Amino acid sequence: MKARLRKIWAWLDDRGGFSAMVKPLTTHLVPPGAKWNYVFGSATLFCLIIQVITGISLGFLYQPSVDVAYQSLQYIENRAFMGSFIRGMHNWGASAMILLMGAHMVRVYITAAYKYPREMSWMSGVVLLGLTIVMAFTGQLLRWDNNGVWSAVVASEQMGRIPWIGASVSHFLLGGDTINGESLNRFFAMHVFLFPALLFLFVTYHLYLVFRNGISEPPKVGRPVDPRTYRKWYDELLQKKGVPFFPDVLWRDAVFSAVVFVAIVLLAYFVGAPALSSAPDVTNVKADPKPDWYFTWIFAIFALMPRQIESYVMFLGPLIGVLLLFSTPFLSHGGERSPLRRPWAVAGVIMVVVTVGSLWYVGTIAPWSPRFSAPPLNVDTTVPKPTPSVQSGIALFNSEGCLFCHKIGGSGGIRGPELTHVQDRLTQEQITIRIVNGAKNMPAYGGSLSKKELDDIVAFLLAPDKK
Amino acid sequence: MSCDCEHPDKREELDRRTFFTRIILGIGAVIAGSLAVPLGAAMFDPVLRKTGKDWRPVGKLDDFKVNETRMVSFKNASPYKWTGKVAYSAAYIRRNPDDSLIAFSVNCAHLGCPVRWEAKSEMFFCPCHGGVYYKDGSRAAGPPTRGLFTYSTRVLKGQVEIQTEDLPISTLSNS
Repeated sequence: MKARLRKIWAWLDDRGGFSAMVKPLTTHLVPPGAKWNYVFGSATLFCLIIQVITGISLGFLYQPSVDVAYQSLQYIENRAFMGSFIRGMHNWGASAMILLMGAHMVRVYITAAYKYPREMSWMSGVVLLGLTIVMAFTGQLLRWDNNGVWSAVVASEQMGRIPWIGASVSHFLLGGDTINGESLNRFFAMHVFLFPALLFLFVTYHLYLVFRNGISEPPKVGRPVDPRTYRKWYDELLQKKGVPFFPDVLWRDAVFSAVVFVAIVLLAYFVGAPALSSAPDVTNVKADPKPDWYFTWIFAIFALMPRQIESYVMFLGPLIGVLLLFSTPFLSHGGERSPLRRPWAVAGVIMVVVTVGSLWYVGTIAPWSPRFSAPPLNVDTTVPKPTPSVQSGIALFNSEGCLFCHKIGGSGGIRGPELTHVQDRLTQEQITIRIVNGAKNMPAYGGSLSKKELDDIVAFLLAPDKK
Repeated sequence: MSCDCEHPDKREELDRRTFFTRIILGIGAVIAGSLAVPLGAAMFDPVLRKTGKDWRPVGKLDDFKVNETRMVSFKNASPYKWTGKVAYSAAYIRRNPDDSLIAFSVNCAHLGCPVRWEAKSEMFFCPCHGGVYYKDGSRAAGPPTRGLFTYSTRVLKGQVEIQTEDLPISTLSNS
């Protein structure tokens, strides 16, 4: 029996060429010293595989139609067997992929692995970054609830602000002049067919280059890359000290990917995908179209940058970013690779990480957003022993929208200053003037408040011991 | 084509190969070009199909009280049959004391987020980046550099009508 099986395998392997197929992988030599900082690229690829599997799973359950997509999402989330878990996996797999891709890119940049002869690895990596961002964006739009449809509106408005071609780009995204019957299946076709195809093409090329040029050796201070001699030197290094990629290096990739896998499974199970809001309806303005976390920092830029330059930044920002990334290997294609000899590169990475991190942090809090859902102040207890005028002032503070932006006690927004102790800072006259005339980021209420209403609000604000 | 001078008779064969190479590349290019046509057609046809503009009734004039702002919804210009609920857009209509009507886009002039009308304070608030507008649509606070965009309106036989517009709002014909 055993001999027979062996014979079958021998036939299969001879005609099928399986051993020959994996042989280059098992004999591929890599420089010694590739440690744990080399695992991010393979982990990103692993996330892509998770996305493909969970994406196909979702494809079996999802209806890419503008009219019923929302119902099918409800079905996936609430009724389909493991549906909620699959959605969670796809969501957290996307997050992990973005995060690990960022880590991979930072590692490659810090150790200058993009230098000769791996320029094309870097550039195809930049293309993969772009494709992944497009996948993240189109995927978010497939979450076709009210925030989803409004995200599509906001995206089209944002693109509409690109000079000259804005309206065309916007109409290309929507598949017409407005959100319509074409819009959703368009995002679907891009997310499921077009961009995955491009992604596979470039991933294959990116991996081919890893085999062709070899993985970069860990950098060493005082060992610059010289394009004239590097390839010869690298070959000799492999001959003398090379170790087989499989299994000497690959085991770390496997272990790290397993850790990533467990993390994604746990997050998918215990946290899940973002909850669905109400059904998609552009006439329902009770929407809060915020992007997923990896775009939050861009969202924050739009709240914080000077208004005059906004349209230009929207257009030139990404353009300059892409050009800069593509030109990186040409700006420094030889020389030192060690981060210890490239302090400005390290400083640049730290600056980018800190900037994006701070923008992300402030974007998560979104202090500029009015808090529509702030619990109203209690008319009887916010101020001890309130007079009728103060009570009326509290009610007005709730109804006029003051609370959206100003905190009193524990409740209210944080767009404007907290007003719990405003009586210690401003006089009656100053408060009145501010309410009537507004300020840079506060509307003037002079037109919508009567004399008595104004007096009541001021009386409330001047009251001590607000809580 | 370099001359293989030791075997001058091979020259013709190389020309033959060049010819075949060109045939292969040419056929490949023609097929690729032909296949690009349906892809391009499917991708761009819906984009290039202009829907134009329509007047849509949004209610009786009598239902719009002076100094009141009301949200109305209306069907976009010639939507596909299967568009369902997203075929409808919304606008805020205000009847001014002089009896004129003004219809504001619900999209914030900053990035198009949906602004909410807060009737008591008589202002529009945007949830995204904190843009605020007065009841006349002019900018009150926040990132927008201008007031709300407006739609054209008209009154026909006591019916208020609004003219449909395209996205993005920044291309509104009357902006």
